[in-house]
Amino acid sequence: MPLDPSFAGRSWPPTEPYLVGREKIREFARAIGATEAEYHDPEAARAIGYADVVAPPTFPTVITNLSNAQIITDPALGLDYSRVVHGDQRFKYTRPVVAGDELVCVNSVEEITQRGGHDFLTTRAEITTVAGEPVLTAWSKLVQRGTEQS
Amino acid sequence: MTDLPVQTFRVTRADLVRYAGASGDFNPIHWSERTATKVGLPGVIAHGMFTMALVGRAVTAWAGAADAVVEFSVRFSRPVPVPDTDEGTEVVVSAVVKEVTDDGLTRLNLTATCNGEKVLSLAQATIRKR
Repeated sequence: MPLDPSFAGRSWPPTEPYLVGREKIREFARAIGATEAEYHDPEAARAIGYADVVAPPTFPTVITNLSNAQIITDPALGLDYSRVVHGDQRFKYTRPVVAGDELVCVNSVEEITQRGGHDFLTTRAEITTVAGEPVLTAWSKLVQRGTEQS
Repeated sequence: MTDLPVQTFRVTRADLVRYAGASGDFNPIHWSERTATKVGLPGVIAHGMFTMALVGRAVTAWAGAADAVVEFSVRFSRPVPVPDTDEGTEVVVSAVVKEVTDDGLTRLNLTATCNGEKVLSLAQATIRKR
């Protein structure tokens, strides 16, 4: 069944705070092979003006992988995740994520379209500190592939 | 238009397992040949976000600063198959400088290829040099 286009514009309550750990940033940086000292060494990060290690640009995917469950598992939207592929990804940063940040996401659906039997769902996550300081915005376009019958 | 030096990244199955754990994306198409082929893929493929992370490394290296990226977007246009060999595969990242703005931002048009085919489209980054 195609996704309900009236979901466009819908948003969900802020997620539980995600506490960004220094070791999680280091683990992520190692996993992508990023060796910049500012991702690993708090002293190096402080030397460029941050309180602790900074995260690589795509690190926020760790947080949105968790917070997206709000959208993906919403029975009213009825997304079939086994048919979903990641179409587009975009990040716009106010500043990098830094270890020690407590971050909340406000998820919303920006757009739902249908084309060629497939559904296209654009989600937006506004990521801020618990105090409401903006950090970044992440957009994902998810493609729910059509079933053979449709 | 200035070309930036091409950067090449080797990707093996072990990298995908490590990335799955670090990112929390345990979709089996990124580690199980059986699942990947069942859904019509040529085999295990890299996480799109892993490919984007490699491109992010290239962008950060070009910028010369870990915190330089202010905007970053890609479209995943083709999967990156990763064979179960010691060599795995290679992702090759190149970029051209599209624009340098008056307020100190540099806009890059990015290209990522695997086996000579583009795996991303509409890939762009904006960086602020320190």
